[in-house]
Amino acid sequence: MTGWTMNTVAALAAFDIPEGAYVNLGIGLPERVANHIPVGREIVLQSENGILGMGPFAPTELEDMELINAGKKPVTLLAGGSFFHHADSFTMIRGGHIDICIMGAFEVSAAGDLANWSSGSDAVPAIGGAMDLAVGARSVRVITTHNTREGTPKLLAALTLPATARCIVDIVYTDQAILKPAGDRFDVLAMAPGITLQALAAATGAPVCLALRTILDASR
Amino acid sequence: MIDKRYADAALVVADIGDGATILIGGFGEAGNPTELVHALIDQGARDLTIISNNAGNGDIGLARLIALGRARKMICSYPRSSHGHAFAEAYRAGKIELEIVPQGTLAERIRAGGAGIPAFYTATGADTELATAKEQRMFGSRAYVLETSIRADFALIKAEVADRWGNLIYRMAARNFGPIMATAAKVTIAQVRRTIELGAMDPETIVTPSIFVHRVITVPDPISEREHLTTLQPAQSS
Repeated sequence: MTGWTMNTVAALAAFDIPEGAYVNLGIGLPERVANHIPVGREIVLQSENGILGMGPFAPTELEDMELINAGKKPVTLLAGGSFFHHADSFTMIRGGHIDICIMGAFEVSAAGDLANWSSGSDAVPAIGGAMDLAVGARSVRVITTHNTREGTPKLLAALTLPATARCIVDIVYTDQAILKPAGDRFDVLAMAPGITLQALAAATGAPVCLALRTILDASR
Repeated sequence: MIDKRYADAALVVADIGDGATILIGGFGEAGNPTELVHALIDQGARDLTIISNNAGNGDIGLARLIALGRARKMICSYPRSSHGHAFAEAYRAGKIELEIVPQGTLAERIRAGGAGIPAFYTATGADTELATAKEQRMFGSRAYVLETSIRADFALIKAEVADRWGNLIYRMAARNFGPIMATAAKVTIAQVRRTIELGAMDPETIVTPSIFVHRVITVPDPISEREHLTTLQPAQSS
């Protein structure tokens, strides 16, 4: 078995969130990042439906469908948390007040373009807060499997699907590597166990270039 | 004496005409005025344009309105849901028009409408296919899209508490679109769990001031979408 599990990928992304950050986590894989925030590090989660200081998923006996996250799952509110309406929520997002947003992706280009709202098929399109977060968060990070289910690259020289936003992705965390879009290539900041640069290059639809950084132990 | 409270849901929606544009509050189940939508269904208006973050779930509320063919157009940010078959079927059959709008742009278009602002520039959607038919302009080194505001004939929203003037307090994340939708309609109708005496609300906690609310109906024990969904077949992904 080579590569990281997606839980490890979530832990790596969580480890890169600094103390005190205001963070929005997208639906699906990004939600897992909340489970891996290092003990003792205080961060504040924003949910675009009007929650700041969002806590973990609610235990069954405390589930309340008027306290849900963006994925419509029952959550909790931490001490210090607050509720607000949509104009305030998107003032936080579009006004550049969110430090970090972590989203899923269908495709990311070497220039940092993101596609995650339309699969191009006949599925019902859905944007939600993705376009606002992509242009509004100070740092946009993506967590995704390196390849599609069919085994084709999600990291490409140019998008083939409709863009969510252009030139905004800072870092991509995948089961094979941590990469930084660098214009005409992806810089490889870290590689998962058992992954070679050749294998990574073959699995990526744009040039990759080693730019390794030290990865601290994210397994806690 | 001002008293915006009504005893019968049928009365508060009676003057919604065919072709009306209607804001409907809610994000997922939270803040959905399901009983007001059911009153609208019973009332019979058709050819409606509906503005709402989602497009209904299961077979109740907005989903039922759509399944009955009463909505001509949806202006919406996220028309998918766990049991989103009603919208998906109407959409695929070409029976409903969809204007897909980023959630923050949707909120700001409504906020601007309520504030008398006809249009605004936003970076959201710039250089994407959503901007193709819109004016795009550079401010500094960044591209922005011109978006027009939204005003509606009616707003149907849900809150927790009202008084006879129509002051509103919401509950947790059910607040979502309620306060901004209340400002952007000619007639705002609020469904609340309970009403209290005028003066009994702490003025510091009133979220929607009474000027934005025209009619109030009390529904003490609204339908639970979640319980409704458990009565359906396993989720059809859409």
